[in-house]
Amino acid sequence: MDGTINGSLNMIGYGLAAIGPGVGIGLIFAAYINGVARQPEAQSRLQTIAILGFALAEALAIIGIALAFVLS
Amino acid sequence: MSLIGTTMVRLAEGEEHGFTPPSPADFDLPAIGPGSTFEMFGQTFVLGVTKPMLQIVLAAVLVFAFFYAASKQRAMVPSRLQYVGEAGYGFVRNSLGRDIIGSHDFMRFVPYLFALFFFILVNNLFATIPFIQFPTMSRSGMVYGLAALSWIIYNAVGIKKHGFVGYLKLQSVPGGMKGPILALLVPLEFLSNILVRPFTLALRLFANMFAGHLLLILFALGGEYLLVHGSLLVKPVGLLAWLLFVAIAILEVLIQFLQAYVFVLLNAMYISGALADEH
Repeated sequence: MDGTINGSLNMIGYGLAAIGPGVGIGLIFAAYINGVARQPEAQSRLQTIAILGFALAEALAIIGIALAFVLS
Repeated sequence: MSLIGTTMVRLAEGEEHGFTPPSPADFDLPAIGPGSTFEMFGQTFVLGVTKPMLQIVLAAVLVFAFFYAASKQRAMVPSRLQYVGEAGYGFVRNSLGRDIIGSHDFMRFVPYLFALFFFILVNNLFATIPFIQFPTMSRSGMVYGLAALSWIIYNAVGIKKHGFVGYLKLQSVPGGMKGPILALLVPLEFLSNILVRPFTLALRLFANMFAGHLLLILFALGGEYLLVHGSLLVKPVGLLAWLLFVAIAILEVLIQFLQAYVFVLLNAMYISGALADEH
């Protein structure tokens, strides 16, 4: 038995990098759900902002996984 | 190679080498017909016509043909095709143009936003359409062009309205702040508003399409490897991988719509930010 761990540091880096966007997206949609619960008429206006916030937060996680594969 | 081509090659080699996971090299499609490769900056480039090049031209032709056919009649009572075309145009004009840029000067930018939205959408949907099955925006060069165009547009619009120094002040000094904090804030705002924006814009679209397609390749090839080379108890896992492939492909359709929408939404917001009046 060898005792070494093989694998890619890139993937560990991606795993750590995905924590932030995960929390961020959860916060964004929690705020959206709260807003719609308090005032259902505002749903369409809040939806644009929620989608925008989601895309901005998700971008970091997506950049993480893309660079984890591309950079060697 | 496309999904089918990659599967064929790996089916042949799988026995001896174990599972080879997909890599970014799977996105380097060969030239169609005669073509050669050349080296530049340490990368291999293809001198010839490749499938993504044809796809991007096809997307432009499709978008133009659809909206030309939809708007040709211009009947007061629209036919079904004209209704769909008007609905698509109205969606971009209202929710992306007027609501973001403001009702005063949004019409100037609606042609750009409208063409951009449907162009990116059709290119993204190519990842789901059978026999094409390759998102053109997963080639980063395609996206950097669009991001450069949008950078030029929002900066030019801002400079034309506020003058060069006025525009830089608008972008770098938030909310009319004064005092020593500006020494920290101005480089940061300048970096984030003018230098970093085209990169995040491009990287968001490119990485979403790249990661989505890579995930689909992984599920397809992994499922095939498990089904063919796995022991009897492992084979159902291969089948499950293929079912998840279908589920993720459906999710990818949602992401394709979303990424096209967000790209154009951010473009509209940058234009609106460049046009904004002083606080």
